[in-house]
Amino acid sequence: MEALPARARVYVACVVLGAALGLLPLSSARTPWWAVALLAALYAAGEQVAARGRFAGPFYPVLLAGAFLLPPPAAVLVAVLGALLSPVGQRPRRLRRLWRAAQLAVGVWAASRVHWALDGRDAVVASDFPYALVPAGGAVLAFCLVLAVLDGGILALAVGAPPAPLGQRGRVPGRRARRGLFARSLAPVAVHGLAGLMMAVLWRSPYGPVAALLVLLPMCVSWWVFGQYHRERAAHQATIRALVQAVDIKDGYTRGHSERVGQASMMIARELGMDDERVEVLRFAGILHDVGKLGVPTRLLRKDGPLTPEERRVIELHPEYGHEMVRGISFLGEARAAVLHHHERLDGTGYPYGLLGGQIPESARVVAVADAFDAMTSTRSYSRARPVPAALQELERCAGAQFDPRMVAALVRVVQRCGWHPAVTADEARPPAPAVPSRPEVHR
Amino acid sequence: MRASPIRTLIHASAALLATVSLLGTLWNGLDERGAALAFGVLVTVGELTRWTGAQVREAAPLGAAGALSYALLGANGGQATHHGVLQVVAVVLAAALLGSVPHLARGRPTLDHLARRVLTVGFAAVCFQPLYNQGTFGGWGAAYALLLLAILALTALCDAVLAAALAHARTRWPFGPLLRDELRAVLGIGSAVCATGAVMALAVAVVGLWAVPVFSLPLLLTQMSFRRYAAVRTTYRQTIASLARATEIAGYTPAGHARRVAALSRAVGRDLGLSGAELTVLEYAALMHDIGQLSLVDPVPAGATAALPTEEQRRIALLGGAVVRQTGVNSQVAAVVERLADPSREQPVAARIVRAVNAYEEKVRDAGPGGPLKALEELRLGTAGDYAPEVVESLARVLSRDCLTLPSAG
Repeated sequence: MEALPARARVYVACVVLGAALGLLPLSSARTPWWAVALLAALYAAGEQVAARGRFAGPFYPVLLAGAFLLPPPAAVLVAVLGALLSPVGQRPRRLRRLWRAAQLAVGVWAASRVHWALDGRDAVVASDFPYALVPAGGAVLAFCLVLAVLDGGILALAVGAPPAPLGQRGRVPGRRARRGLFARSLAPVAVHGLAGLMMAVLWRSPYGPVAALLVLLPMCVSWWVFGQYHRERAAHQATIRALVQAVDIKDGYTRGHSERVGQASMMIARELGMDDERVEVLRFAGILHDVGKLGVPTRLLRKDGPLTPEERRVIELHPEYGHEMVRGISFLGEARAAVLHHHERLDGTGYPYGLLGGQIPESARVVAVADAFDAMTSTRSYSRARPVPAALQELERCAGAQFDPRMVAALVRVVQRCGWHPAVTADEARPPAPAVPSRPEVHR
Repeated sequence: MRASPIRTLIHASAALLATVSLLGTLWNGLDERGAALAFGVLVTVGELTRWTGAQVREAAPLGAAGALSYALLGANGGQATHHGVLQVVAVVLAAALLGSVPHLARGRPTLDHLARRVLTVGFAAVCFQPLYNQGTFGGWGAAYALLLLAILALTALCDAVLAAALAHARTRWPFGPLLRDELRAVLGIGSAVCATGAVMALAVAVVGLWAVPVFSLPLLLTQMSFRRYAAVRTTYRQTIASLARATEIAGYTPAGHARRVAALSRAVGRDLGLSGAELTVLEYAALMHDIGQLSLVDPVPAGATAALPTEEQRRIALLGGAVVRQTGVNSQVAAVVERLADPSREQPVAARIVRAVNAYEEKVRDAGPGGPLKALEELRLGTAGDYAPEVVESLARVLSRDCLTLPSAG
């Protein structure tokens, strides 16, 4: 809490004040208290369950249904009560809870105002379709916009202080993150808005709140599946890492090499402007590039001193072994080619196939540069680590004959701009019984 | 595929119901064409987007929800409807057939699916439409919503029984575990389908047919998340299989060993009545049962661990468990791998299965034509300590059912 800069605190205080202003007219309006209580309890209960990691996804349909059903101050009250009652994951808890409640309150207030101004309430009561979709759409837009603007603000203000917990996402350049916030949240919130509208309409119908609650069931199932998806994905990534660790069992001093090559490949790919999916695939390509060393006898890998030509030929089989291992994993895509060809050279003197220039897949050319860079900058049994500028110079010297100059240039650019800080992976400091997080963090 | 009496009975009753409904509807003509068309389109779209991956219980959630809500459709925008059971079944059948055309063209089996759809929709409609058309539910309010839900719950139960019976007839796996798996799926996507069916019927009653496109969107979202979940599960399986191949690439075990043990273990597990989640644990453990050998500097001759002294086997099992723990799979898998070399009385059932199947596979590998019988005999003699008798018997059953050939990887 200490680390949060003062300007961010002032900002939070302003938003809280705004939320309080939204609540003020409550005393003058006639408020359906039981509906407020029911919706707030529903929201808080949903968030409680979500916090236990069974679901992923905020319970916006409840809040939006409140905005469609109730007068603005009452809808704001639902958001405030619900958010204050729901759990908060990270510290500082009190501040986060307050922020969340204020942010949602302002968002719901805006949504509710827009809905009210467009005569949405009458449309809901008379179930006047398709007109009811118009105010609902306006309300969803307002809600999304307000949340994105408020989130962007707190990100921008808190990023100045790296240790601040609120600024943890600050790695991404601020402007890009903010622009993404609105676009990314619009589609899911629109679906939540439809569910909220459905709830509101059924609530006002002869079938009453019971029917409205039924709307939440498919949403809950969808969130549950989404949570399962994230859990399975995390387990999957751990398995990929386990593949690499299987290599580490045999070949101790390459520890961390795979992860670092993965990181360097990712940096090059991003610098070349590839889309996110390809960047991710190239990261896997880097991580897995030496997996074929599993097929090389342990004695050869651990041998000190020079190798005979015979032994060298055996070691040079590892790209083919690696390809044989990963070819069954369909999502790896072009990473499989990278595993097979990462020892090819542009002049055609590499192995296993001696491909020339453009015949070598692009992914393999990226991984080759990343691999050589990390091999030079880390200590091996046969050579000491070189400083980063010397390694880059060496890469530039070999560009054209051994490496693709485009990839080398990209690496030089990105290292000069951002530096080279290979992440110290958890497995180096890992206790003998490695602690794989049993409950991966659910994206909220 | 051999015909079984249960399957024939189900198909025949579905065909009978379908014929009667079609003839009846042709005779009487369509009531409320707009609603029929809207729901028909919904069911068709649902069937078109049906996915065909393995391990999915409800392949077309949107189609199912649309069909059920048409069966439970009372009012439409405040006006009472008059379509009867026959029209419901006829419309759903026509739409489902239309939506199945691409699947039929690609030669995917759809007959079971259609039979199930016709019978469940018929059941729901028989429960609801006659009573509604007599005006029984006038002014029920919230109780009406609960009634729809109750009918849908009953329908889901019937559907689960039907699906389990069909799967039993198709695969000859034991009925009990299949039914258990189906019922568990009712809690998952089944509940989403039922709730959407009920909500859509109610929403159409209140706001008219506009509710159909608007309110099928959330279910589409559910369907998409299920798809992504299925996709990540598939890649995860592939990765586990690759990890299992590590020992083969490294020359510790013969090619295809892990895959064969996994396939045979799964068959034995099914025969012994394990449920879906237990089968997954069993399969992963079987795939990775040899992984501890990676920690050995020199390979065991031909990877035949079953012939090693017990102490050595136990050490390899513990090493394997340590590797598996790092993979982030369910910790039960690691527990199974760790206890592979324990005496069979102390093992979990999955470990018993993997141990016996692994021993069988190693014995059969180079044994020639008489190998399987001889290997089984040796396992039976070893049952006292190492191999659990019920597992060996189950293995014998599975093998005799498959004419002593190893099943292809499923």
